[in-house]
Amino acid sequence: MANEHGQKWDRCLADSAVKIATGLGVGIVFSVLFFKRRTWPVAFGSGVGLGMGYSNCQQDFRSPYQLHGHRVKEP
Amino acid sequence: MLRVCLKGANSAARKCLCGNGVPLHPLQQCRSYTSGGSGSSAGKIVAASVFTVGGGVGGTILYANWDPKFRANVEKSIPYSDQLFGLALGPAAPPPVINKPRKVEPVQISSMSEVWKDSKHPKAKEVEKKAEQPDAEGPPAPAPQETLEAAAKCTECEHEPAVKERPEGEVAARLAEQDKAEQDLLTSLSSNLEDALGSTAKVTLQAIGAQEAALQAIAQHTRQLREAMEAEAPPDKKSTQWRVLEDALSERSRSVDEAGAAVLKAKAELDKLRGVIDGAKHLKIAAARPSILAAEENLHSMVVDLDSVVTRVQTAQSEAKIVSQYSELVNEAKAQFQKELNSITPEIQANWKGLTGKLTQDDLNSLIAHAHRRIDQLNRELAEQRVREQIHIDSALEQQKLEDKKALEVAISTALEHNREQMRLEQEKKVEETREVMEAEMRTQLRRQAAAHTDHLRDVLKVQEQELRSEAEEILNSSLMEKETEYRRLTQDQLDSFTLDMSAAYARLKGMEEAIDSHVIAEEEARKAHQLWLSVEALNYTLKTAALNDPTEPLEGAVQAIKESCAEDEFAQALATALPSESLSRGVYSEASLRARFYAIRQLARRVALIDETRNSLYQYFLSYLQAMLLFEKAQEAPPAKLSAEDLDTFKLLSYAAYSLEHGDLELAAKLVNQLKGESRRVAQDWLKEARLTLETKQVVSLLSAYANAVGLGTTMAP
Repeated sequence: MANEHGQKWDRCLADSAVKIATGLGVGIVFSVLFFKRRTWPVAFGSGVGLGMGYSNCQQDFRSPYQLHGHRVKEP
Repeated sequence: MLRVCLKGANSAARKCLCGNGVPLHPLQQCRSYTSGGSGSSAGKIVAASVFTVGGGVGGTILYANWDPKFRANVEKSIPYSDQLFGLALGPAAPPPVINKPRKVEPVQISSMSEVWKDSKHPKAKEVEKKAEQPDAEGPPAPAPQETLEAAAKCTECEHEPAVKERPEGEVAARLAEQDKAEQDLLTSLSSNLEDALGSTAKVTLQAIGAQEAALQAIAQHTRQLREAMEAEAPPDKKSTQWRVLEDALSERSRSVDEAGAAVLKAKAELDKLRGVIDGAKHLKIAAARPSILAAEENLHSMVVDLDSVVTRVQTAQSEAKIVSQYSELVNEAKAQFQKELNSITPEIQANWKGLTGKLTQDDLNSLIAHAHRRIDQLNRELAEQRVREQIHIDSALEQQKLEDKKALEVAISTALEHNREQMRLEQEKKVEETREVMEAEMRTQLRRQAAAHTDHLRDVLKVQEQELRSEAEEILNSSLMEKETEYRRLTQDQLDSFTLDMSAAYARLKGMEEAIDSHVIAEEEARKAHQLWLSVEALNYTLKTAALNDPTEPLEGAVQAIKESCAEDEFAQALATALPSESLSRGVYSEASLRARFYAIRQLARRVALIDETRNSLYQYFLSYLQAMLLFEKAQEAPPAKLSAEDLDTFKLLSYAAYSLEHGDLELAAKLVNQLKGESRRVAQDWLKEARLTLETKQVVSLLSAYANAVGLGTTMAP
C-alpha cells in the first residue's frame, strides 16, 4: 500500500507529462495550421494538457479503490 | 508645634495627676472613714459569727448533757467532740446495768427484843443493841451470800453464752464434762449442806437447850417468887427466901441471856444454812434437789423448834412478868401500909416485924385502937381494894388480852410463816416428785423413740441392703455381658484384621497394577505432550526464519505437525485453527522488517497528513507536502497512558508509534497507527495488516507453547 502512493504519483506525472506534451503538440499543430503561428494555441494546448493531467491526477488520488488494469499480452 | 503639643500633653498629664491627687486625699480620708466604718462593721460581723458559733456549740453541749443518745451520735460523727464533752460535762454515764440481785430473806426468828426488855432494863438496853446487831448481821450474812449467788449466777450466765458458741459436735463431750462438773458440784454441795446442817443443828440444839434451861430458870424463879409472895414465913426464912429469890432471879437472867446468845448464834447459823441452800439452789443441779429439799426441811423444822421454844420462854416470861407485877403490887401495898402506920404511930419504928414486946399499955391501947381503926380502914380499903381489884383485874385482863392478842398475832404469824414454809416445802417436794415422774416418763418416751428409731434404721438398712444387692447383681451382670461382648469383639476384630490384611494385600496388588497402568498412561500422555511441545517449538523456529523484508516460511507444515501431534487435544486444535490463513500460506513478517517498513510508511503518512477521506484536491496534496516538509516533530515520543484529543494528530501518533516500535511494542504501535485518519490511514493500512497478522500469529504461537509447557509440566509431575 505504501507503494501505491508512489505508483500513483508516477502514473500521474507520466500521464501529466504525456498530456502536456500532447497538448503542446496539438497546440503547435493548430497554431501552425489554423492560427497563423500565434502562441496562444500552444499555451492553450499545454494548459489543456496540464489541466487534464491535473484533473486525472486528482481523480486518481481521490479514488483509491479504483483499479488500474494492465493488459497482459500473451506471448 | 511640637512644643505646644508637649506642653499640652504635660498640662493634661499634670491635670490628670492633680485631678487624681485632689480626690486622693479625700479618698484617703474617706478610706479612713470607710476603714473605720468597715472596721466597725467587720467587728460586728466577727462578733456576730463568734456569737453564733458559741451559741451553737453551747446549745449542742447542753442538749448532749440532757440527751445521752444525742451525745453519743455527736461523738460518733464529729471526732474529738467526745473530748470536748468530757471536758464540759464529765464522762458519759454508762448504760444502766440491769442487775437482778436476789434478795435473801433473813431467817424470821421472832425478835427477842421484847423478851429481853422484860428481863431487866439495863441489860435490856445491851440486849437491844445485840438485837440490832443480828439484824445488821443478818443482811451482811446474806449479803456475802448474795454476792456469792450473784457470782454463781454470773458464772452460770457466762456458761450459757459459751455453751451456745461451742459447735454442736462437742455436745457429747460437753455433756460428759457437765455431768462430771455436776457430780463434783453435787458432792461438794452435799458436803457443804451436810456441814452446814450439822453445825446448824448443833447450834440450834444448843440454843434449844439454853432456851429450855432459861425456861426452867424462869419457872423456878416464878414459883419461888410466888411462894415468897404468898407464904408467910418467919422473917429470917423470908430473908433467905428473898436471897434465894434473888439468886433465882440472877440465875434466870443469866440463863435468859445465855439463851438469847445461843438463839443469836443459832439464827446466824440458820441464815448461813439458808444462804448455802439458796446457793445450791442457784446452781440448779437436779440431782441435788432432794438433798436441798431435805436440808430445807431440816432448816424449817429447826426454825420451828426454835420458835416454839422461844414462844414457851416468852409465855414463861409473861407469867413471870405477871407474878413480878403482883409482887410489886404486894410490895407497894406493904410500903403503903408501912407509911400509914408510920403516919399514925410515928414513934413505932418502920418494921413492924421488929416489934418484940417493948410496948407499954398505952402503946398497946393505941395500938389496939389503931388496930381497930386499921381494921376498919382495911375493911374499907378491902372493899375499895375489891373494887379496885376488879378494875385492876379488868385492866389486867385487858392487858393480858392485849398481850395475848399480841402473842396470838405473833404466834399466828409465826404459825402462818411456818405453814407457808411447810406448804412451800411440800410444794417443792411435790414439784420434785412430779419432775422426777416427768423425767422418768420422758426417759421412757425417749427410750421408746430410740427403740422406734432403731427399728426404723433396721428397716431402712434392710431396704438399702436389698437395693445395694440388686445394684451389685446388675453391675455384675452388665460387666459379665461387657466382658463377653468384648471377647466376641476381639475375636471378630482378629478375623476382621486378617481379612483386612488379605484385602489390603489384594488391594495393594490391584493398586500396583493400576499404578503401573496409570504410569503407562501417564507416560503416553507425557510422550504426547512432548511431541506437542516439539511441534510448537518447530513452529516457533519457523517464525524465526523470517529474513529481513521477507516473510517467514509458510507455517502450514508446522501447524500440520501440531495438529497431528495433538489430535485429541481440543484446545490445541482450536488454537491451531485459530492461526490466520495468511500466516499459514504465506508466512508472517518479522518484527524487525515491520519496524523497518514503518519508517517508509511514516514518511508517506506524514506527506499525506492533510488529506482526509473526502479525497481532497491536488492542491491539498501540495499543502500537505508543504506541511510535511515544514513541520518537525520528535522522532520518537513516549506515548502517554491515555490518549487525549490533541494526541490524535498524525505526526504525534507517528512519533508515539515509532517510540513504541523502537521499544519493541508492536502491539501498541499497531494500535496507534490504527488511530490514523484519512489518507494516512489508507497508506498505513498495508502495514497495519501485516502487523496484525504478525501479532496474531505470535499470540497463538505463544499460547500454544504455553499450553504445551503446561501440559508437559503437568505430565512430568507424576500422579
